[in-house]
Amino acid sequence: MTPLADCAAVTRTFGPVVAVDRVDLQVGPGEVVGLLGANGAGKTTLIKLLLGLMRASAGQVRLFGRPPSRQTRRRIGYVPQDLGLYDDLTVAQNLAFARSVFGGPAPALPASLRPFAQTLVGALPLGVARRAAFTEALAHRPDLLILDEPTSGVDPLARARLWETIQDAAEAAAGVIVTTHYMEEAEECTRLVVMAAGRVVAEGTAAGIVGDRRTAVVDTGDWAATARLIEAAGLPAVLAGTSLRVPGHHPATVQRALAGPGPGAAGPDSAAAAPPAGPVLARVHEEPATLEERFFELAQQALPSAS
Amino acid sequence: MNAWGLSGVSVRHGRMLALDGVTLAAVPGRIAAVVGGDGAGKTTLLRCAAGVLPPSAGRVRTPGIRQTGYLSPSGGIYLDLTVDENLGFRAAAYGLPAARARERVAEHLDRTGLAAARGRLAGQLSGGMRKKLGVIAALLPGPALLVLDEPTTGIDPVSRVDLWWLIGQAAAAGAAVLLSTTYLDEAQRAGHVLVLDAGRPLAAGTPAEIISAVPGTILLSSVPPADEAQRRRAWRRAGQWRRWEPPGAGQPPGRAGQVVRPDLQDAVVVAALARPAS
Repeated sequence: MTPLADCAAVTRTFGPVVAVDRVDLQVGPGEVVGLLGANGAGKTTLIKLLLGLMRASAGQVRLFGRPPSRQTRRRIGYVPQDLGLYDDLTVAQNLAFARSVFGGPAPALPASLRPFAQTLVGALPLGVARRAAFTEALAHRPDLLILDEPTSGVDPLARARLWETIQDAAEAAAGVIVTTHYMEEAEECTRLVVMAAGRVVAEGTAAGIVGDRRTAVVDTGDWAATARLIEAAGLPAVLAGTSLRVPGHHPATVQRALAGPGPGAAGPDSAAAAPPAGPVLARVHEEPATLEERFFELAQQALPSAS
Repeated sequence: MNAWGLSGVSVRHGRMLALDGVTLAAVPGRIAAVVGGDGAGKTTLLRCAAGVLPPSAGRVRTPGIRQTGYLSPSGGIYLDLTVDENLGFRAAAYGLPAARARERVAEHLDRTGLAAARGRLAGQLSGGMRKKLGVIAALLPGPALLVLDEPTTGIDPVSRVDLWWLIGQAAAAGAAVLLSTTYLDEAQRAGHVLVLDAGRPLAAGTPAEIISAVPGTILLSSVPPADEAQRRRAWRRAGQWRRWEPPGAGQPPGRAGQVVRPDLQDAVVVAALARPAS
């Protein structure tokens, strides 16, 4: 089957900057592909290439088996980060305008939007404006849906409801590409693509991307003092509730850090036998790394060594 | 222990009740997260806590403006000043000698990658860099109370690690930290969470307390419930359907493996489903 979106070794340069670097990406019907990446990783450029707003410097972008064009754009529903609605038109006027551009049937307003049909978009609460943007993007029954941080700023129940809309579109055989910074959203995707420095650095399910990476977790009653000791040893300590996580490091290494720099403080090199030593009372154990921790590691590895 | 914060605070904007009897303690060394969607009242709450907005009712305790670091929603950064000029200006506003201010934030700038950008205009920084600058500026007075309005919204995960490092440093130095976020994976890192909805508290406590307070049962299924009332209490998550059954609503689940052990995300969704208005 022809993928809905197909990037083959796509590269886009801006002068000396390589924003997108030999990216391969396929999205098929029913798939929800999450695009993860730090700022500057190349996500926005890749989306512009897919929308046909920008041409590839090298490689090939194909949508529905053809190069991007106005015809392919008609088969895409796009919700940009700032929603792309006209603030000084009402919800109904926005939808009518989109319909005159894309053609297709008049979209039925979902019940939750009906009370706002005659309200200017600029006066809507963000959650309602997001629903309006979704309704507009889906009105022409697009084959490919591109959503840039689709649920930013809404509460968890509203987020779950927006995701139901996205999953409904996927079940109706649309392909979906979602950019997100949040792991809560990443778990909704069937597949994740991690970008860093313009390249795809990991791809697969969240579990597959995390793999067997582990994180040392420090449970402590005094995390402030504990954090200071870990930092002093040059280890990255990330706060999580009242525990501290030290991604990519073995519990024994952390135990040694907690023993402090004092003379004779370092214990034997055995992880299993390491007692909760040191000037702070802390227990160290190991847990699987989170997707965010693995992502951070991938992003750091992709940085040019100069910075 | 000296706690700052809000006790029974209400705020009225004209006819609208933006906050309705909210209590939230800001405890030294503790990070408290205020969670809620757009319009929940997070910004109003934090403005009160920072002492910027007087409440219509209730009591607010702050350590005073010189001991309070506040990151407003806009970040409080002048886009046409450089990083250094922004910090210099803010230090002067706090009445800090320039040398002492520089010393205080040198490590912060270094550690968060802003040191190399000291001469750049704030308007030319990325969103993540600008937020980091805003938080570093709020840390200038060595505040007893640090109030951060959505410090990480729209910020990529790499900058977010830097921001959480700054926040952790402040708490480790003894500051009481109040921050807001729309994301629960982030709130889960805080020692205390307050879930706000339409100006009212929906749930509060440590993440573990909020989770253990979930009433009734959450059931898992692969298809949405056919029953209309059950459908309203169901939501989709990670490819499956979850349905909340209020306590005493009906039959407890028979088959094993169908009951979900809730996490914070489930707990907040249930709290929203259980609120009286809906």
